[in-house]
Amino acid sequence: MHTKGDIILRVEGLSKSFGSLQVLRDISFTVRKGETKCFIGPSGTGKSTLLRCINQLTVPDSGRVFLFDQEVTNAGPRINELRQRMGMVFQNFNLFDHLTARKNVEIALLRVKRMEASAAREKAGFELRRVGLEDKADQYPAQLSGGQAQRVSIARALAMDPDVMLFDEPTSALDPELTGEVLEVIKGLARDGMTMLIVTHEMGFALSVADEILFMENGQIAERGTPEELMTNPGFDRTRRFIGRIRDFTRAPGEG
Amino acid sequence: MDTLQVLMEWSPWLLQGTIYTLGLVLLSLALGLAFGLPMALGQVYGSRPARYCIGAYVWFFRGLPVLVLLFLFYFGIFPSLNLDIPVFFIGVVVLGLRGAAYQAEIFRGAIQSIPDGQMLAARSLGMSQWQAIGSVILPQALLIALPGWSNEYPEVLTETSVCYAIGVLELLTRASQIVAETYIAMPIYVSVAILYILLNYAGMQALHGLERRVMVPGFAQVTS
Repeated sequence: MHTKGDIILRVEGLSKSFGSLQVLRDISFTVRKGETKCFIGPSGTGKSTLLRCINQLTVPDSGRVFLFDQEVTNAGPRINELRQRMGMVFQNFNLFDHLTARKNVEIALLRVKRMEASAAREKAGFELRRVGLEDKADQYPAQLSGGQAQRVSIARALAMDPDVMLFDEPTSALDPELTGEVLEVIKGLARDGMTMLIVTHEMGFALSVADEILFMENGQIAERGTPEELMTNPGFDRTRRFIGRIRDFTRAPGEG
Repeated sequence: MDTLQVLMEWSPWLLQGTIYTLGLVLLSLALGLAFGLPMALGQVYGSRPARYCIGAYVWFFRGLPVLVLLFLFYFGIFPSLNLDIPVFFIGVVVLGLRGAAYQAEIFRGAIQSIPDGQMLAARSLGMSQWQAIGSVILPQALLIALPGWSNEYPEVLTETSVCYAIGVLELLTRASQIVAETYIAMPIYVSVAILYILLNYAGMQALHGLERRVMVPGFAQVTS
């Protein structure tokens, strides 16, 4: 399955504790260009913390992260430049509430990339079309559904032309009937060759979109493999049990 | 008819007082904004010593009666600095510095009410902390603060009357001069009350108009 491009992200021995609670223990992996990795596992096992340690929104206690050959950890003020290349999508969207959808996408282009207003507007229009929301460009976040808001936040991150996208439970705050539209957008990105790290509880989605699934437990990568390996090979019991539990839990009554 | 004649005769004097009062309000609100907003940012994002100093400032200026502050500056601080400035500006400085303490608290509350996710999202896009504050945090904080900040206008407007004590030629000072001159009290003070109410009404209308202009969906809407 690993016929993707060069390694663009390298995580080496990341550890992080909050007080006496160790949330990440010596996590290492690499990500190749165009690859989609899905992180699954019980709540509180450090999946979201891991994503935030990658772009340094949370500073890890030890370990190193490299984007291409540039170190992201201990980057000093260069971190602002490096973060532009790692788009992040949050569970709660975190759209800028005082700005329309279009301005949400434009603002970092204007303030961070110092684009011309007309170029930024054009880019914002392009990214909003890409997530199917050009007709909502002038709506404020409060006027959007959860699914629309999350798609705008994906457009906002994509507009920076990142090398890798980090999705932190992108559908967990959505009503079930709204998750589909967001997952479709992400699947589209995978088809277009975007490199992505996705923390998710949507097992069907993870199995269909991921090149590799990493099952995390107690701050460690407990098991990892391609979706096929996880579902067929012996030795992935914990992952399979976890997936089974999630499916039983999320299946609607009467569905079987 | 005597009373009406007296009122007519002195009305230009009262109107000038009204302009002084309005000047006191607008200038001290502006001074309060110029000092209060940076202090609020310092309270939230500043270093520990900066936060401590701002806290002490707020504690001092909110803890003393206006009149006491006014006397401290009028008899103490300005003379000791050998500053010979018109009493009008002493009034502006005292009301402005005091207002800054209150405004700092209004803005601090507004800034702190903004969810952490807004800063995280801004930083994730590559903004520096100050870019995020300028482009994301502050614009939202101002929208949140505006209704509460509007309270400062009637607050400061009514406070300006203490400048009477140091002889600023504002509305109340001039009214009391007319009373001393003419021995007609009630009609003069009723006129003064009406002028204060008109100033108050005009200012609140302007602020509500501003609110309606700048508010966006998702933030507090003006009711009425």
